[in-house]
Amino acid sequence: MYEKDGEKYFVVDGHMHFWDASPANQKNANGAGFISCFYDYHANLSPPEYVWPKEKYEKYTEQDLMHDLFEIGYVDVGIFQPTYLTDFYVNGFNTTEQDAVLKEKYPDKFVLNGSWDPRDEQKGLDAFEALVERYKLPGVKLYTAEWKGDSRGWKLTDPWAERYLAKCEELGVKNIHVHKGPTIWPLDRDAFDLADIDPAASNFPNLNFIVEHVGLPRLEDMCWIGTQEPNVLGGLAVAMPFIYSRPKYFAKIVGELLYWLGEDRLLFASDYALWQPKWLVEMFVDFQIIGDDASELPQLTPDNKRKILGLNAARLYNLEVPAEVPQPVSA
Amino acid sequence: MTSETAVLDALGRVRDPELDEPITDLGFVSEVQVGEGSVRVRLRLPTYFCAPNFAFLMVADAKAAVEEVPGAGRAEILLEDHHDAERINLGVAEGRGFVGTYPGEATTELDGLRLVFRRKAFVARQERLTRTLRNAGWTIERLAAMRLGELPDSPEARTYLERRAELGLDVGQEAFLLVDPAGVRIPAERAAEALRFAQTVRVSIEGNASFCRGMLATRYDLPIAVRGE
Repeated sequence: MYEKDGEKYFVVDGHMHFWDASPANQKNANGAGFISCFYDYHANLSPPEYVWPKEKYEKYTEQDLMHDLFEIGYVDVGIFQPTYLTDFYVNGFNTTEQDAVLKEKYPDKFVLNGSWDPRDEQKGLDAFEALVERYKLPGVKLYTAEWKGDSRGWKLTDPWAERYLAKCEELGVKNIHVHKGPTIWPLDRDAFDLADIDPAASNFPNLNFIVEHVGLPRLEDMCWIGTQEPNVLGGLAVAMPFIYSRPKYFAKIVGELLYWLGEDRLLFASDYALWQPKWLVEMFVDFQIIGDDASELPQLTPDNKRKILGLNAARLYNLEVPAEVPQPVSA
Repeated sequence: MTSETAVLDALGRVRDPELDEPITDLGFVSEVQVGEGSVRVRLRLPTYFCAPNFAFLMVADAKAAVEEVPGAGRAEILLEDHHDAERINLGVAEGRGFVGTYPGEATTELDGLRLVFRRKAFVARQERLTRTLRNAGWTIERLAAMRLGELPDSPEARTYLERRAELGLDVGQEAFLLVDPAGVRIPAERAAEALRFAQTVRVSIEGNASFCRGMLATRYDLPIAVRGE
């Protein structure tokens, strides 16, 4: 919970991790390259006082996570978004099973999401069903750029992906978080393209498709698909930290998203440990849309900030919001 | 033998297809070595995992641009610190094309991908140009009726016309200013809506370019651009 100027904000961190990218867990040069790339994101976009040493960044502790999110970071509930990367890391980067240890220890603090990969076909589908059964997963995080053997990615419209989506619908796994990456099959296509989300969202109207990183670097695709498909939402992980390093750009992104998707379809996220929720929440609550295009863009208010910070995620995940937090009527 | 300046000029005409800016301005060219009968160019990108297809295009375009410089001879382009550097460098050096460099992973060359991004760049450039005109007092209705012959000269207008010509669209004096990427005129009643979406495309491309600059600066410990963009 965060409080400022008499306004209370229920905070759901819609995308966070508990990863192990330490050298001992790195399988190859890609494992080392992946965490270095993440570290540059962290170092480039964080205020200097929040930049960790590389060693801590590669592997942090349960105490770090609990402290940064819940003791000082104002987070009420964190949503685990697993990222397997088993071609890069011996035990995976951040699997459902690893996240489940914390979920079981602190059941009220976390939402545990799972994952699947259509290239695992029937075997993976059975394993996914067992995972849902075991952990009662309310959602999944999908990474279409994940490498697997000779394959460097997949699409939501692949026949096996459609079977997995149908299984999600059948099992009540309603929240589908989609993360695009720099590769796809075939490799001559734009890997960041969100085009496959459009038919998937049309074919599965009972599922929510949360496009992670609000589609960046394809904000224009995100906005366009958002106008076509009511069950497409934007997750603000990776977009949030621009609030510090490039506030005018952040204002433009949020302004565009409010214009095209509206305030009911955006979810706050830190992407911890990429960034820490404390400074993101504090700066976001203080933030106003500024810059050249400001007069043409919708404005941020305590009410729409409250939705973005927590109420929208609470709606998707049936989280209980304390009565002291005002719940405005949906726009 | 040619000069380093001539090589850099040639590289200045190679753009990052996604960001629509010269690779020289973006800081991607880290070294140029001019030798007897050959030129070596080192390229670097903002991350280890930058998309291999865009990386391939920049390496191939750089090679073609340098080899067009009189007296340059053979160009060796070395992409560095990238997950697929070895494969891309070899594929471009041997002229294998994208499909030949990625057998089984690519089904066509990258002309289609390049066209997608040239179209986006065009849309963004058109919006940036019309924004300057609107700031100077032109209404959307007047812009929708404007022909290229009436377009006031400006840096934005010149870049716009260059991108428009690259797409093979009509750049004659009688052609209408506001057209879609296929060259079809945007009528007055649709102009406001089309320009509103074009604004999103421009914000996206400009934001990505700014982010890539920041990542490159962090990665290579370069003097960081002033904060507050």
